[in-house]
Amino acid sequence: MEDVIVIEPGRHERNYWIDLWRYRELFRVLAWRDLAVRYKQTVIGVAWAVVRPLLTMVVFTVIFGRIAKLPSDGSVPYPLMVFAGMLPWTFFATGLSEASNSLVNNANLISKVYFPRLIVPTATVVVAFVDFLITFAMLALLMAWYRVLPGWRMLVLPGFVVLAVVASMGPALWITALNVRYRDFRYVIPFIVQFGLYVSPVGFSSIVVPEEWRLLYSMNPMVGVIDGFRWCILGGQAQLYPPGFAASVLVAGFFLWFGIHRFRSTEKSFADLI
Amino acid sequence: MSDTIITVENLSKKYLVGHQSASQSRANYTALRDVIGREIRNVARKTVDVVRGRQIVQGDEVEEFWALKDVSFEIRRGEVLGIIGRNGAGKSTLLKILSRITEPTRGRVTLRGRVASLLEVGTGFHPELTGRENIFLNGAILGMSRVEIKRKFDEIVAFAEVEKFLDAPVKHFSSGMYVRLAFAVAAHLEPEILVVDEVLAVGDIDFQEKCLGKMRAVSGEGRTVIFVSHNMAAIRTLCRAGLLLGEGQVLFQGSASEAITTYLAHSSVSTGSVWLRPDSLALPEIGFEKISISVVGVQPRLKLVCEINMRCRTPAPPSFVAVDIRDQTLSVIMQAVPHTEPFISSNIGMTNIIVEILLPPLIPGVYTADFWVGYHYTETIDYIPCALSFQVVDSPSTGRTYPHTIDHGSIVPLAEVLTCCHKGDGASDIIGVEWEAAAC
Repeated sequence: MEDVIVIEPGRHERNYWIDLWRYRELFRVLAWRDLAVRYKQTVIGVAWAVVRPLLTMVVFTVIFGRIAKLPSDGSVPYPLMVFAGMLPWTFFATGLSEASNSLVNNANLISKVYFPRLIVPTATVVVAFVDFLITFAMLALLMAWYRVLPGWRMLVLPGFVVLAVVASMGPALWITALNVRYRDFRYVIPFIVQFGLYVSPVGFSSIVVPEEWRLLYSMNPMVGVIDGFRWCILGGQAQLYPPGFAASVLVAGFFLWFGIHRFRSTEKSFADLI
Repeated sequence: MSDTIITVENLSKKYLVGHQSASQSRANYTALRDVIGREIRNVARKTVDVVRGRQIVQGDEVEEFWALKDVSFEIRRGEVLGIIGRNGAGKSTLLKILSRITEPTRGRVTLRGRVASLLEVGTGFHPELTGRENIFLNGAILGMSRVEIKRKFDEIVAFAEVEKFLDAPVKHFSSGMYVRLAFAVAAHLEPEILVVDEVLAVGDIDFQEKCLGKMRAVSGEGRTVIFVSHNMAAIRTLCRAGLLLGEGQVLFQGSASEAITTYLAHSSVSTGSVWLRPDSLALPEIGFEKISISVVGVQPRLKLVCEINMRCRTPAPPSFVAVDIRDQTLSVIMQAVPHTEPFISSNIGMTNIIVEILLPPLIPGVYTADFWVGYHYTETIDYIPCALSFQVVDSPSTGRTYPHTIDHGSIVPLAEVLTCCHKGDGASDIIGVEWEAAAC
C-alpha cells in the first residue's frame, strides 16, 4: 500500500486521524518525558508526587475541619467536600495552564520535526491526569479517615473523569493555538484560572447558588464536573441538578469541537510563527 | 524500477518581514508627537491583522520575502540528491516543506513514500535525561516505535561510542558525544525517503567520516536520500544527482559534479584571470596590487605564468612569495615556493615579479590559485585566498578516452610499465607478454 501525500496550501490532511494513530507512541513518550524530568536531581525523587498532595490534604483537614467550620452538604465533613471539589478543579486548572503553553514550550520540536501537533497539548493533559490519579489516592485515604463509604455511584465516576478531560481539552486547544500567534494569551490564562476558582463550586457547594442564576452558573463546564464528582464520592449527601448538568456537558462538548477545529485550521502555520 | 517518488511543482513560499522605518527618519522625528503617532499606527495595523486573522509582524513597515519562487523538480526512487546553494538560497525552507513542517504559499508537492527528516541533530534531547532515556525520546520523536528502538539499541550505542556515559544526564556530555549520540539515533531510521540538512557541519573528522559512511550504507539499501550540505567533497562522494538553488529558484538540475561546478562558477571564487586589489582591502607594508595569470604549454607539461605587481608602502625586511593551487572542491593540492629565501627587496614603490610554475600533470577542470607573501613561513604579510582561477582543458594522458573524475585525485603522475612477465610453461605465449605474479 503506497501512501501518497500531497502537500498544498490550504489542504486539510485527509489522513490526519490515521497519522495520529500512527504517532500514538508519542503521546506516551512526551508525557513520560515531562514526568521524568520533574524529579531529576532531587533527593526524594518520585516521592514528591505523593508528598505534595498528602500535605495539601493534611492542611485542608486542619484548616477547614478544625479552624474554619463552614457548612457543607448534609452531614459530610467540610474538608472532604472541599477536597472532592479540589480534585477535578486542580486537574482542570493544571491541564489548561500547562496545555496552553505547551506548544510554545516545545518550539524546538515544532520547528524541526513533523508529527500531528495535537499530540503536544494532549500529552500535557495526560501528565495532569497522572497527578489526578495520585491525588485521587489521597482522597481515598481521606474518605477512610472520615469513614465515608463509597456507594454504587462510584461506578459512574469514570464518566465524570472523561467529562473533566473534555472540559479542559477544549479551551486548552483553542488557547494554545491562539498563543502561538498572539503571545498575549500567556498572561490571560492565569487570570482565567484564578477567576474560575471563585466561580466554580470548589470552596462552596452549588446549593448556595440562587435558583434564578442556576442555569447561567451551570454554563461553566466545571460546575457539572465538580457537582458530579461530589455526587459520586459523597454518596447521597450531595445533589445533582439535571438541567444544570446538561448545560455543563453541552458547553464542554461545544468547546471541545471548537477547540479542535480552531487548532487544526491554524496548525499549518505553527512552525512559521513559533 | 525508477519511478518518481517526489514531484515538486511550482513551489513558492512567502514570509513577512518587518522593518523599522529608516533610522534617518527615526532619528529626525523623535518628537513625542511623532513617536506616539508611529506607535498608534503600529497598534492599528496589528489590530487590523488580528481581526483579519493574519500574522502580526514587529516593525513599522512590512515587506514580503519570497524564500522559494516557482521551484519544480522530480526525484526518482533510490536516487541520492544533493542540494547545494549559497546561504539564504532556500534550501532549508525547501526541506521544511518536504518534511511537512511548514506549508507552501503556492505550488504542490507529491510524496509517494514516508519521509524522515534530520533537520537538526539532537531534536528533542532533554539535558536532564540520561543518554539511554534520550535515545528512546529522540527515536520516538523521529518516528521509531519503542520495539524498533529496543531492537537497535545496542547498535546505536556502539555507533555513538558512549557506553560509559549512557546513564549520565546528557547535559554532562561533551559536545562531540552529544552530536555522536544524536546522529547515531537518526542514522538508524529506516525511512523510504531520508532528508538530511547540513548535519555534517558539526563534529570532528572521525564523526564526519562515520556519518558519510552510514549515509552511503543507507543509500546503498536503495532508499531515496536528499542531502543538503556546504561540504562539496561530501556531496560529490555521496550524491549522483544535484540541484543548485539560488535566491529561491532552481539554478541548475543535473548530475552532482556539474551542479558543483556551476555553483563554484557562480560564487565569488572564480574571478577570471586578472585580480586587482579592491579598495576595501587594506594594504600592509608590502601587498599584492594586481595579479594576472595565464596557462601556457601543452599537457603534460603545462606552465602557469603569474605576473604579480606588488606595492611596498614602508621599508621592511626582504620577503618572498608562495602560490597555493586548489582543485575544483577548493582543497589545496600543492604549493609552489619559487624561491625559498626572501628575495623581494622592499624599496618604496612597485615591484613586478613574474613567476612561472611548472604544473604536474593535472586532470581537466577548474583550478584556483592563492597568493601569499611573507618574511618567513610563519610570518605572513599579505595573503589573497582564491584570487584567480584557470582551466585545464586537455587530459594529461594521451589516448585516454574515459573522462577523469576528481574521485581519483587531481594529479596524474607520469608512469610507465617497465616489465610485464608471465610465469608459465612458456609454450603458450600468445602475445609474448610474460606476467610475473609477485612483482606485478
